[in-house]
Amino acid sequence: MNEGRREILQLIIVVTGIIFLVKLFFIQVVDSRYRQMADSNAILRQTEYPVRGLITDRNGKLIVYNTPEFKLEVLLKDVRDFDSAKFCRVFRMSREELRATFRAMKARKEFSPYKPTLFLDQLSNEDFARVQDYMDEFSGFYVLARTTRSYSTPALANALGYVSEISKKQLDEDPSGIYKQGDYVGQSGIEAYYEEQLRGTRGVRFKLRNVKGIIQGSVESGKYDTLSTPGQDLVTGIDLDLQQYGEFLMKGKSGSIVAIEPATGEILALVSGPSYDPNLLTGRKYSSNFRMISLDSNKPLFNRPLMAQYRPGSVFKIAQAMTALQEGVITPETRIRCDRTIINCHGAHTNEDLRGAIANSCNPYFHGVLRRMLNKGKSNDPYEDTRMGLAEWNKHITSFGFGQPLGIDLPNEKGGLIPSPAYYDVAYRNRPWKFSNIYSIAIGEGENLVVPIQMANFAATVANKGFYYTPHIVKAIGKDGLPLSQYRERHYTTIDSAYFKVAADAMQQVVESGTGQYRARLADVIVCGKTGTVENNPPLFDHSVFIAFAPRQNPRIAVSVYVEDAGQGARAAASIASLMIEKYLFGATRRPYIEQYVLAGNFEDVKKQ
Amino acid sequence: MRQENISSSLDWVSIGLYAAMVLLGWLNIYAVGYDEAVGQSIFTLSLNSGRQLMFIGASFFIILGIVILDVRFYDAIAYLLYGLLMVMLILVPVIGKEVGGNKAWLGIGSFGVQPSEFAKVATALVVAKYIGSVGFRMDNLRNQAVLFALIGVPMVLILLQKDTGTALVFTSFMIVFFREGMSPFLIIVGFCAAALFILTLLVPNPWYLHTGIVFLLVVLIVMGKKKFKRIALLTIGAILIMGVVESVDYVITDVLKPHQQNRIKALINPDADPLGYGWNVTQSKIAIGSGGFGGKGFLQGTQTKFDFVPEQSTDFIFCTIGEEEGWIGSLLVIALFVALLLRIIYLAERQKNRFARVYAYGAASIFFFHFAVNIGMTIGLFPVIGIPLPFFSYGGSSLWGFTILLFILLKIDAHRGQMLQRI
Repeated sequence: MNEGRREILQLIIVVTGIIFLVKLFFIQVVDSRYRQMADSNAILRQTEYPVRGLITDRNGKLIVYNTPEFKLEVLLKDVRDFDSAKFCRVFRMSREELRATFRAMKARKEFSPYKPTLFLDQLSNEDFARVQDYMDEFSGFYVLARTTRSYSTPALANALGYVSEISKKQLDEDPSGIYKQGDYVGQSGIEAYYEEQLRGTRGVRFKLRNVKGIIQGSVESGKYDTLSTPGQDLVTGIDLDLQQYGEFLMKGKSGSIVAIEPATGEILALVSGPSYDPNLLTGRKYSSNFRMISLDSNKPLFNRPLMAQYRPGSVFKIAQAMTALQEGVITPETRIRCDRTIINCHGAHTNEDLRGAIANSCNPYFHGVLRRMLNKGKSNDPYEDTRMGLAEWNKHITSFGFGQPLGIDLPNEKGGLIPSPAYYDVAYRNRPWKFSNIYSIAIGEGENLVVPIQMANFAATVANKGFYYTPHIVKAIGKDGLPLSQYRERHYTTIDSAYFKVAADAMQQVVESGTGQYRARLADVIVCGKTGTVENNPPLFDHSVFIAFAPRQNPRIAVSVYVEDAGQGARAAASIASLMIEKYLFGATRRPYIEQYVLAGNFEDVKKQ
Repeated sequence: MRQENISSSLDWVSIGLYAAMVLLGWLNIYAVGYDEAVGQSIFTLSLNSGRQLMFIGASFFIILGIVILDVRFYDAIAYLLYGLLMVMLILVPVIGKEVGGNKAWLGIGSFGVQPSEFAKVATALVVAKYIGSVGFRMDNLRNQAVLFALIGVPMVLILLQKDTGTALVFTSFMIVFFREGMSPFLIIVGFCAAALFILTLLVPNPWYLHTGIVFLLVVLIVMGKKKFKRIALLTIGAILIMGVVESVDYVITDVLKPHQQNRIKALINPDADPLGYGWNVTQSKIAIGSGGFGGKGFLQGTQTKFDFVPEQSTDFIFCTIGEEEGWIGSLLVIALFVALLLRIIYLAERQKNRFARVYAYGAASIFFFHFAVNIGMTIGLFPVIGIPLPFFSYGGSSLWGFTILLFILLKIDAHRGQMLQRI
């Protein structure tokens, strides 16, 4: 029944082959247009690089901008009648230099005579002005304009990050296919985190060339060209004056300052000491400078506010107090004897209530508080009881944003550590553990680890009486004028807002009559703060820590200060924190002696035993 | 006489054609990646040609396995294999990895395969098995429905991976159905619809087409018998066609994705936007066209060295052949394909049972579709649809898929005497 169908199919196959051959004969043999197009390669595709977005501070001061740069590319297969003498004259190079440049280019891995290859990098504006009239005479050579990053200030290096040419590895791993070899891409900091917003989109220009490879003009007067669109500008919450002042104070010290506006979570200052000048990582010297900076033993590329994990020290007592109040195991009036047999203390006090214990940073008091929290007697088994208590404790403490990365808009943020029952199971290799094994977490020592930004966020949370906005650097993106959506939602702690009043009372007392009274107290404004002294390995001094917010009513700034190897929190850190608050609220310090004290940097007279 | 000498009963003409194509493909893959300044050898593993050689080596073992297995195996596992591949196709969008915008790969570590390439083999087997089963009648509507379902399921699953090209390959089974007795009416309607579709795109104002249809209608009414039923039918048909014309615009703008629209537009008029969506076709034609009669010589192509045409070593491998080997080289490649296709049809027709014959036609249809669409697109006769040129394009999955497709046929053919009893 299917007679003839086989023959029909055979015919279709043969006819298809013949159609192809005829068509091929036409385009390959008869029509010479294609050959000419190929020979002259009439159309050249040139990339127009977009301008990267600008970055400003909260008051509109420019921090990061672009400067033009020109580079010379060569398509070797198009180079004809090359006049090397003239080239040397125009580009002001010697014959040997020219020869060396060619050799270096050919030695590069990605070199191909069929692709435009970088010949001279980073021509300046003046170079370009001089050579552009001569470019017609060097077929195969093209000048491309693009921009590099410049920084108006050496401040904020670690938060800004840097931009460099995309690496082979990044190119391979790029899922979007947006990047091409030679593209600039943000490598760290804001430049990396907001890469998508900052980069803009590339444009393409089509140029006609004659047989000699010399550009004759646009194709159909630019009908097919697409313009590059510039990246979006970013407004940071940074107060550049405050930032620069912070870096000035941290000169010669290791540590960090984080200042946050509590009402919004915007970061006002993010100081990492020691730092580097971001201008070192732009332009021609990028590679050698990067090597120098990354090998520096002071680790200037280590962004301490986000990456340095310290034990929280006594500052943690505020969080402990609020957790205990919430759990109902103490009231603000609860007094616990300062029994110094298990855990040591300092200062003259014997039987304080909660506010007094915080103001004097009484260790035995908080040892007792933690015991009440972890051993509530809900289970007869002391191990099980501790376990249940610790789980509840962990829930409250982590609700302050401790124990996991906050999710700030910079890469490489660390999360610190807040121990949970599961953590101790691993640490004790499933042997039982109870309160007496783990009590050092009561005073912020032991296994606890926090990051400076979390401490500043904690101060902001107390200032807000119970909630925080995730701290973020960028407060407005492009024309929207809004930060990313995750920075617009409040995070509430598990603590009732009434208990935050107790905490603020205690912190006010710390500054007015407690450990912070000598260096953190300011005239005209109520500062709430807490000192911390974090144990360090002898013979180094302890780390000096201070968190604070001010004013007490309608707080405008919350700070955390860490100064490594500087001893008591009441000295270095409290001084710096109060100077930052003063600078932000009043524009300048009115206590030059404190500033002098900080700049002198001599916080401890005697090396620790 | 069983198994006495398998090598003498294999069809060595097909094997020869296969070997020639794989070898030429390998050389051309080398030519694409070749860089005069670096001068790496064809065996360099960092080049596609080096890896392709590994794929070719693996193919050899695949062939060995196919030939060693009992011939009844392929008949027996048809449904199982088909089911297994459908499951894999379902899994691909879920756990697959994305390569070049298409999520079509199942990967173990850095090693990945495209199940869609093997789904073609499984579908050819299952279609053959079904048509070859007792009681199958091509004019039975239920049987037809099952057949369409068998090719429809993989098509839909592959469409879900956004791999339109490979999905379209399954339409080639229409050729098999045609050979096995399906009314050509369906196929003719399909062709007419496609022709109308393209015509609609070509003619800017649909009213020209409507006028043409009305004119045709009047002519048909006047010329033929003037019976009421006939006139009514013709009128309804004309109105339907006009409806289709109107809907094409909707389909083009709302159903097809922008890049698919552009490919069709580029086909119709590549010169309208030679630097935008016509870029691939224009550059591909420049490369092929510049080859001339005798070509520029092996490794001497310049056009293909640029990154002008993407997928140079996979879907656009024919550009390299056209540029470096010229019309003569193109003739050789096209002759090889035509010869292989005719040989497969010859093998198909000498089978003594229906399963074997249908499978052979299935293989021929798949090869033909790839051949026609791939070369058609590089020379601007067909929209750009990303499917490989069998045996030439770079890639392990496609090479292995086509190798399996061909060698199962050769294995079945070698045993055609034994399968007599199951006509």
